[in-house]
Amino acid sequence: MMRKLLGACVLGLSLSVQAAIETYQFDSPEQEARFRQLGYELRCPKCQNQAIGDSDAEISGDLRAEVYRMLKEGATDAEIKDFMVARYGRYVLYNPPLDQQTLVLWFGPAGLLVLGGILVVLRIRQSKKALEEGESQA
Amino acid sequence: MNRLMVWLPLGVFAILVGFFFKGLTLDPTEQPSALIGQPVPAFELTDLNTGQLLSRDMLPKEPFLLNVWASWCITCQVEHPYLTKLSEQMPVVGLNYKDTETAAKNWLQKLGDPYALQIFDPTGRLGLDLGVAGAPETFLVDANGVIQLRIQGEVNDRVFAQKIQPMLETIQ
Repeated sequence: MMRKLLGACVLGLSLSVQAAIETYQFDSPEQEARFRQLGYELRCPKCQNQAIGDSDAEISGDLRAEVYRMLKEGATDAEIKDFMVARYGRYVLYNPPLDQQTLVLWFGPAGLLVLGGILVVLRIRQSKKALEEGESQA
Repeated sequence: MNRLMVWLPLGVFAILVGFFFKGLTLDPTEQPSALIGQPVPAFELTDLNTGQLLSRDMLPKEPFLLNVWASWCITCQVEHPYLTKLSEQMPVVGLNYKDTETAAKNWLQKLGDPYALQIFDPTGRLGLDLGVAGAPETFLVDANGVIQLRIQGEVNDRVFAQKIQPMLETIQ
């Protein structure tokens, strides 16, 4: 009895969850894949660090609907991204394009790594030299 | 060389202090608007109160505030008295965002209506064109219809003194 009741509750829960999922009809699997990809690449402007495909915020739902509308109208991915950037700024791109403003963002980490490597090599050489000098004196 | 190395940790520490000082005092919810320096996007929507068709050309020809609000937005209620006070000083145009007509009208009836115009945008279309992420948001638009400032969240004395007033002085 208890088990059946519990089962019914779980079933009821899953039904209500189902109702909240948006249903979009796509022309092709490719279109659907592009929709998902854009959902990952566009950032929710309201929430911190969540993609619009992954966010329950009202605005994310609106932006998903907008992406869907534009896809249906035959817009390219670049056109959709430009549309979003024109309204929400670069912030909406999780994969920012490489240009002067994002130079540090793209090459900063690699640059630091190289700098660290140079320092380590210099350090090793120095201590080697010191060691050799010590040996020759001995 | 070695003597310099002694100072390296201190240098790194100073850089970190700099980063943290900047990073921890930034408000991450505040994003620059992509529309600064751009004209208000074109629109054709009705006035909530009169039902008259409104377009960009009918916006005030002097600096004004474009306030995005909704009856479901709590902070909008909080800033409402302040906007009412401000409306004696400069026009405040309302953008009723993703709301229902009845709820919006009731809200205005209850709290007062200081708005010069009330753009009714139930689908959030104009909101999207403005890059609105939620309510409240307020834009300062100059006499030429160009957006000069965007404020996310409540407009109050502090925001007015720190952001709106200085910008008003530069555009006037």
